[in-house]
Amino acid sequence: MEIAVISGKGGTGKSSISVAFATLQKEVVLADCDVDAANLYLLFNPVCEEEQIVISGQKAVINQDKCIACGECIDYCRFDAIIKKDDKVSIVETFCDGCLLCSRICPQDAIDIIDEDKSRIYAGSFKNGKMVYGRLAPGEENTGKIVSKVREKAKQIAKEFGIKTIIIDGPPGIGCSAISAIIGVDSVVVVTEPTLSGLHDLKRTLEITTSSNLQTSVIINKCDINPEMSSKIEAYCNQKHIEVIGKLPFEPLVVEAMVKCQSITDFAPDAEISKLIGNIYSKIRATT
Amino acid sequence: MLIIVITMRNLIVKIAIASGKGGTGKTFISTNLFNVLQKQEMNLALVDCDAEEPNAKLFLTEGKLKNTYEVNQKVPVVDESKCTYCGKCAEYCNYNAIFFLKEAKVINVLEDLCHGCGACSVACSYSAISEKNNLLGYVNTFEFSPKSALIEARIKVGVYSSVNVIKAAIKKASDFNLVLFDAPPGTGCPFIQTVVQADYVVLVTEPTPYGLSDLKQSIETLKGMNKSYGVIINKAGLGDEKIYDYLNKENIPLLMSVPFDKNIAVSYSKGELLTDLNSEWEEKFSQLYNTIREEYGNSSN
Repeated sequence: MEIAVISGKGGTGKSSISVAFATLQKEVVLADCDVDAANLYLLFNPVCEEEQIVISGQKAVINQDKCIACGECIDYCRFDAIIKKDDKVSIVETFCDGCLLCSRICPQDAIDIIDEDKSRIYAGSFKNGKMVYGRLAPGEENTGKIVSKVREKAKQIAKEFGIKTIIIDGPPGIGCSAISAIIGVDSVVVVTEPTLSGLHDLKRTLEITTSSNLQTSVIINKCDINPEMSSKIEAYCNQKHIEVIGKLPFEPLVVEAMVKCQSITDFAPDAEISKLIGNIYSKIRATT
Repeated sequence: MLIIVITMRNLIVKIAIASGKGGTGKTFISTNLFNVLQKQEMNLALVDCDAEEPNAKLFLTEGKLKNTYEVNQKVPVVDESKCTYCGKCAEYCNYNAIFFLKEAKVINVLEDLCHGCGACSVACSYSAISEKNNLLGYVNTFEFSPKSALIEARIKVGVYSSVNVIKAAIKKASDFNLVLFDAPPGTGCPFIQTVVQADYVVLVTEPTPYGLSDLKQSIETLKGMNKSYGVIINKAGLGDEKIYDYLNKENIPLLMSVPFDKNIAVSYSKGELLTDLNSEWEEKFSQLYNTIREEYGNSSN
């Protein structure tokens, strides 16, 4: 079973909650899919057992020995990535989308294609099972692809070791990385907060999960920051027939646990917040 | 030569407000900074580049919608009456956006995967591929005064990549003297396409292990792009001291520190601007701008 924890807005407590879920489970595969801000390895310090290279994309590079600066490629490039300066044609790496069209049309065959191969995914063990996480190399861009690879690896490991549950810590936003993190999972948990931005972002996130027909539930974190906004969010979810599966108060212990590199449920198992999270997790498992 | 450098520097200044980790207070900083400078009648625009989840307008309510501009992307349409099923377009497509089965004579465009590069049209020798526009999102311009505006990039829900919408929004801001970018979180393509256009990057972080780890990743990326940057620590007092040690050791300027304060969190949750509620903070944000200008001046010398 794959459970994805996401949040449209960042900083709502998504990672703290997914980490708690993972440590409430005896045996789990934890997939950190927030690949351009991967954090969970900090907490669990997994023993790395496998490193895999991910070709995140390709980039075009001009071979200046062959280039005659005809500039034909400039006209074809739709990403404005090719410029001509002082009779020298060059490619602006950050704008190159890796479509390869320039290399295909170059009459001099002067454009080489290089793989972007610095991004990695890692797999290892931690105290509650296995962990898979990705690391986007600085400057490499295809986060969606790395997210898919992390999930692929997590599924493979789950099968190999007979582990039944995969918890996915997803990225913020609603773009390609978020979509890649939730497509086809059994349950999506959206963590939101009672702020104007929280509600705005939640609406957009729920549009994605609804249109993808995913079983979705919502957690309102830090609900006591603005009880009025919390009620508003609940009302919105009710109207959309999406279950608010739990509400959690703001709890400084959660930050303390993070600093101590522990999940809140391990750090303070008897605290009210840990019990609440435990209840939410049982409910999710029961309905999935 | 010197004169040219000085005039160029006075032309336009673009400052990106970014963060690796989400929810550290990027929008909080950029909207308050904009609010303060806008009131000083500066000529400036704030571009909300967090196109997946644009929030700045929730705080900057006074702006009047001046215009909305659609951002489209070209996607191929295959005319199967002309198609010979040669498969060259699928071979040219580097995004696997053309699903092709030669024997079964199946050809489908997977529009979600298409980047609009046009390679398939070039590949086709039978004029079987034409193009249509697909809506990616909107650029909304809200005017505060004739001299200041919020320019919002907003992708349509379900669109995979926000890059084109971000680029279009930034282009719309080219007439202003000072441009602030509220950058998308992370270090992926939306982040890179935003900060690549900036002269200086303000990284907003929080003093937690997550905040520090993501800050390091952002800085690694910015170093590779040769950008100068400074840091704002938000929610100071939460977490631990490690981030300060890191900034000291790496000699990274700390531009401002905002304490963790439940009252600030509550007013933020309601969509209020701290700089409207509290004149002390108004002064601090005004000072923040001066600090950024100084740092930027030092770094570009």
